[in-house]
Amino acid sequence: MDAILLQILNGLDKGSAYALIALGLTLIFGTLGVVNFAHGALFMIGAFCAVTLQRFLSLSYQTVSETEKDFLGNPLKVETPYVESWFGPEIGASIIDWSTPLAILLAIPIMMLVGLIMERGLIKHFYKREHADQILVTFGLAIVLQEIVKYYFGANPIQTPAPDALSGVANLGAWFGLELAYPVWRIVYFCFAALVIFGVFAFLQFTTFGMVVRAGMADRETVGLLGINIDRRFTIMFAIAAAVAGLAGVMYAPINPPNYHMGMDFLVLSFVVVVVGGMGSLPGAVLAGFMLGILESFASTTWATTTIPGINQIIIYLVAIIVLLTRPRGLMGRKGVMEE
Amino acid sequence: MGILEVKDVGKRFGGLQALGDVNLSVKENSVHAIIGPNGAGKSTLLNCLVGKLIPDTGSVMFDGQSVLGRTPYEINQMGISRVFQTPEIFSDLSVMENMMIPCFAKRDGSFRMHAIENMMDEKDIVEKAEAMLVDMNMADKREMHAASMSRGDKRRLEIGMCLAQEPRLLLLDEPTAGMARADTNNTIDLLKQISDERDITIAIIEHDMHVVFSLAQRITVLAQGTPLVEDNPENIKGHPKVREAYLGESA
Amino acid sequence: MLGLNKKDMTLLIAVAVLTMFAPFFLNPFPTDSAMAQFNAGYPDLMQRFVIFGIFAIGFNILFGLTGYLSFGHAAFLGVGSYAAVWIFKLFTYNVVPAILLAVIVAAVFSVLMGYVSLRRSGIYFSILTLAFAQMMFALAYSVLSNPKFNLTNGETGLQVYPNDPQMFHPEGMQDFPHLFGLYMNSTYTMNVGPWAFDFNTGYYLCAVVMLAVFYLAIRIFRSPFGMMLRAIKSNQTRLNYTGLNPRPYTLAAFVISGAYAGLAGGLMAAMDPLAGAERMQWTASGEVVLMTILGGTGTLIGPVLGAGFIKYFENIFSKINDAVLHQWFAFLPDGLEDFVVFIIHPFVGKGWHLTLGILFMLVVIFLPGGLVEGGQRIGKWIKNRGKSEDSDAGPKTEPAE
Ligand SMILES: Nc1ncnc2c1ncn2[C@@H]1O[C@H](COP(=O)(O)OP(=O)(O)O)[C@@H](O)[C@H]1O
Ligand SMILES: [Mg+2]
Repeated sequence: MDAILLQILNGLDKGSAYALIALGLTLIFGTLGVVNFAHGALFMIGAFCAVTLQRFLSLSYQTVSETEKDFLGNPLKVETPYVESWFGPEIGASIIDWSTPLAILLAIPIMMLVGLIMERGLIKHFYKREHADQILVTFGLAIVLQEIVKYYFGANPIQTPAPDALSGVANLGAWFGLELAYPVWRIVYFCFAALVIFGVFAFLQFTTFGMVVRAGMADRETVGLLGINIDRRFTIMFAIAAAVAGLAGVMYAPINPPNYHMGMDFLVLSFVVVVVGGMGSLPGAVLAGFMLGILESFASTTWATTTIPGINQIIIYLVAIIVLLTRPRGLMGRKGVMEE
Repeated sequence: MGILEVKDVGKRFGGLQALGDVNLSVKENSVHAIIGPNGAGKSTLLNCLVGKLIPDTGSVMFDGQSVLGRTPYEINQMGISRVFQTPEIFSDLSVMENMMIPCFAKRDGSFRMHAIENMMDEKDIVEKAEAMLVDMNMADKREMHAASMSRGDKRRLEIGMCLAQEPRLLLLDEPTAGMARADTNNTIDLLKQISDERDITIAIIEHDMHVVFSLAQRITVLAQGTPLVEDNPENIKGHPKVREAYLGESA
Repeated sequence: MLGLNKKDMTLLIAVAVLTMFAPFFLNPFPTDSAMAQFNAGYPDLMQRFVIFGIFAIGFNILFGLTGYLSFGHAAFLGVGSYAAVWIFKLFTYNVVPAILLAVIVAAVFSVLMGYVSLRRSGIYFSILTLAFAQMMFALAYSVLSNPKFNLTNGETGLQVYPNDPQMFHPEGMQDFPHLFGLYMNSTYTMNVGPWAFDFNTGYYLCAVVMLAVFYLAIRIFRSPFGMMLRAIKSNQTRLNYTGLNPRPYTLAAFVISGAYAGLAGGLMAAMDPLAGAERMQWTASGEVVLMTILGGTGTLIGPVLGAGFIKYFENIFSKINDAVLHQWFAFLPDGLEDFVVFIIHPFVGKGWHLTLGILFMLVVIFLPGGLVEGGQRIGKWIKNRGKSEDSDAGPKTEPAE
C-alpha cells in the first residue's frame, strides 16, 4: 500500500511537467495548427530563468576583512551579495534563498515575450505550410535556442536549490497513518502545476477571450467568418502556452538541475504524451501527462526492472505505440483532428 | 439484375440518419443519375459504394460480388472508378505520369515491385497513356505539370485517368459543380461521347438539372436519405413529388 | 547506357569522377600553407563524406519521394554498426560479411518499425518513428549491456577485444578490418611538390559502394516504383481510388532506406571497428534530415551535396578557434578585430551546432528546395539576365525535375 502510494507520488512531479508541456503543445496545435518542436526549448528557457535570477541575486562585491585572516594568514576576502547590502543581511539572504519561486515573476513576462517573438517572427509564416516544414523549422529553432543557452551557461547541469524551508522531506503518510517520506518541493511542484492547469482551464472556460479561442479550436474558419480577429488571440495564446512551459521549467529547476538539453529530453516525451492524450484535446494532454508520469514511476521500481529489464526506459514509448495503433485518436482526441 | 445492386443500405452519423433503406439498381451500359437537394445523402451513398464508408445495414453488390468490407483500392480493382467533386489528380506529377499510373494499376494490380525498370521502357503503358491523352484532347499538355492546368483540364485529366483503367462502372460526384457554363457543356459532351463509345456504365450525382437531363437514361431522386422515385427523365420532370421535394426548391 | 538516359548518365559520371579524384580535389592547398586548414582530403573526413552520403541518399528515397518524414533512421545506422562489429568480434575482420550482415539486420529492423509506423501518416508517423528509435537507443544504451547478455556494451561502445573468438581471423593478420587483405586504414600518400594527396583503401571502398547505391537510387527514381512513391506524396486519395495500395509501396521505400542506413552503419564500423549507442539518438536522425533538405529533398544529387556540405563545414568550423580568428582578422584595427572575433566566436569551434541550427532554419524558410534549388535559381537568373538583353520574354515556368 505505502509502496504503491509512493510510486504514484513519485510519478506526480514528472507527470506534472509532462502535463504542463503537453498542455502548451496542445494549445498551440489546437489553435494555430502548428506542430511546435521548439516547445521543449521553452521549458528549458524557463528553467534557465531560475538559474539567471539566482546568479543575478548572488552577484557580490568583494571586501577585505580587516580582522579575519584566512589559513595562510592573508587578509580574508569576504563576498557580500549586493542584495544583502541593500536590504540588510537577513532579508537579502532570504531573497537569495527564495530566488527560484521569485523567478516565476521574471519568467512570466520573459516567456510571453519569447513566445510573442517566436510566433510573430517565425511560426506565423508556417501556418499554411506542410506539417513536415513546421516540424523542421521548429526543430532548427530548438537547436539554436539550446545552443545559445549552452554557450552562455555551459554544458553541465547547474544546481538550483529550492528555498531551505521547502527543500526538506515531509512525512506525508502521517496523515494516513502510513510511512511516506516525500520531498517537500515535489509536493510544491505538483500543487503549482495543478494551479497553473486549473488557471488555464478557467481562463478558457470563463472569459470571452477563452470562449473565442475554444470556438476557434473547434472550427477556425467559422469563427474567422464572424469577423473576430482570431489571429491576434492566437498570438496571445501562443504567448500563454510559452509561459506555461516556462513556468513548468522554472519550478522544475530544483528537481532536476537545468542543463541545455533538458528541453529536448522532455519534448520527445511530451509529444508522446500529446499523442496518447489525443491531439488537440486539452484534458487529454493533462490526463495522459499524469498517467504516463505515474506509469513511468511504477516501471522504475526494482520489481518492474528485474521482471522486465529496461522497462522503465521504454514504457512510455511502448504505451505510445500501442495507443497510436489501437486508438489513433488517442485517449480523448476529437474527431477530425489530424486523423490517419 | 443491374451491374450495381444496392439493397436496403442505411447509414447513421450519430443521431443523423443520413441514409435509410436505399434501394438502387443500375443497369449495365446505361447512364444513371442520382439527384436530390443538398444534404440528401448523395455523397454518403457514393462513399458507401467505393469503400470510403461502410453502411450500417444492407448490401452493395457489384457484378454479383459484394463490395462491403473491401478497401477503396480493392473495390477499384473490381472495376469501379470514381471522379471527385474537386478534381483529385497527382498535381506534383506531369500529365503523362498522371495518365501512366492508372495504366500500371490496370496492368499490374494493386502492388508490384518494379523498382529497377525504367518506366519509359514500358512500351505498352506508354502507348496506352499517350492514346488516352489523345482521346482526352490533351496530347499537347503531355509534359505539363498537372498542378498548373486549368480546372476544366484537371477534370478532363481525372476522367481520362479513370477511363484508362477501363472500369465497368464510372461514378461521378457533381463533376460540374462550380464550373463555368462552357466547361460544363464540354464535360457533358465528353461524358456523352464516353458512354456512346465505350462499354461503360455511368452513375452520376448531379445538382445541375441541365446536365442530368442531357445525359441520364434513368434518374433516382433522393431526399432525406431515401429514394423518392426512380424513373426515366421525362417522367421525373413531371413528377409531383419531385417537383415538391427538389425542383420546386431550386426554381 | 546502363539503362540511364543521357542526363542521368552525365550526373552519374560526374559523381564518379568527383569521388574517384576526391583526394586531389579536396586537398587543393599545399600542406604547409596557411590555407591547409581548409583541406578536406584526409581519409577520415573523406570516408565520412561518402558514408553520410549513402545514409542521406537512402533517406531521400523515403522522405524525398513519399514525403514520410522519419525521425528514426539513425537507429538503423546504429543497428548496422553493431551487427558489423559483432562479425568482427566473432568471426573475421573481413568487411564483406560484416557489411552484408549490417544491411540485412537493418532491413529486418526496418521491416518491423516500418510495418507498425506506416499504419499512420503525417506527424503521427514522425512521432512513431521517433518513439521507436528512442526506445532502441534506450535499450542499446543501458539494458542490452547487462553482464549476462551484453549485446551493445552500453556507454563504452561495442569494440573488438583480444580475447574475442574471431574464429576465421588468421594468425599473423593485423587486427583491423580488411577487404581480403587490403586494410581499411592503409593509406598511400602521394607527394607532388608541396602538395600531399592521401589515397586510402577504406575511402575507396566506401566511394565504390556509394557509386553503386547512387546508381541504384537513380534507377529507383526513374522506375514505375519511384513514380508510385511520388504519387503517394502527391495524392494518396487518388492513388487509393486508382486501385493502388500505398502501404506496400511505402513499406518497400522504408525498408530500402533502412537498408541504406544499415549499409552506412556497416561501413562506419568497417572504417573504425567501434559502435556506440549515441549513433542512434534522434539528434543523429535529425542530422540526416538536415542533410537531405539542405541538399534538396527529392532530387538525386541533393542528399550527397547536403551530406558533403555539412560534414565539411562541421570539420572546418569545429577547428576554428579564437587564435585562428585573430590571425584571419589581423588586418583590422585592434578594437575592431576583437569585436569581429567576439561576434563570430559563438558560431565556430564548439558553436558549430548553433550555426547548423541557424542554417537549418534558413534553408527551411527561404530555400525549401535546398542547394539544388539554389543552384537552379542562380542558373535561371544568369540565363534570364542574358536573355532580357535581346528579348523581353517573361520567365517560363518549367516543371521541376
Ligand atoms: N462524415 C460525416 N459525419 C457526420 N455527418 C455527415 C458526414 N458526412 C455527411 N454527413 C451528413 O449527412 C448528410 C448527408 O450528406 P451528403 O451525403 O454529403 O449530402 P449531399 O451530397 O446529398 O449533399 C448531411 O446532413 C451531412 O451533414
Ligand atoms: Mg455532396
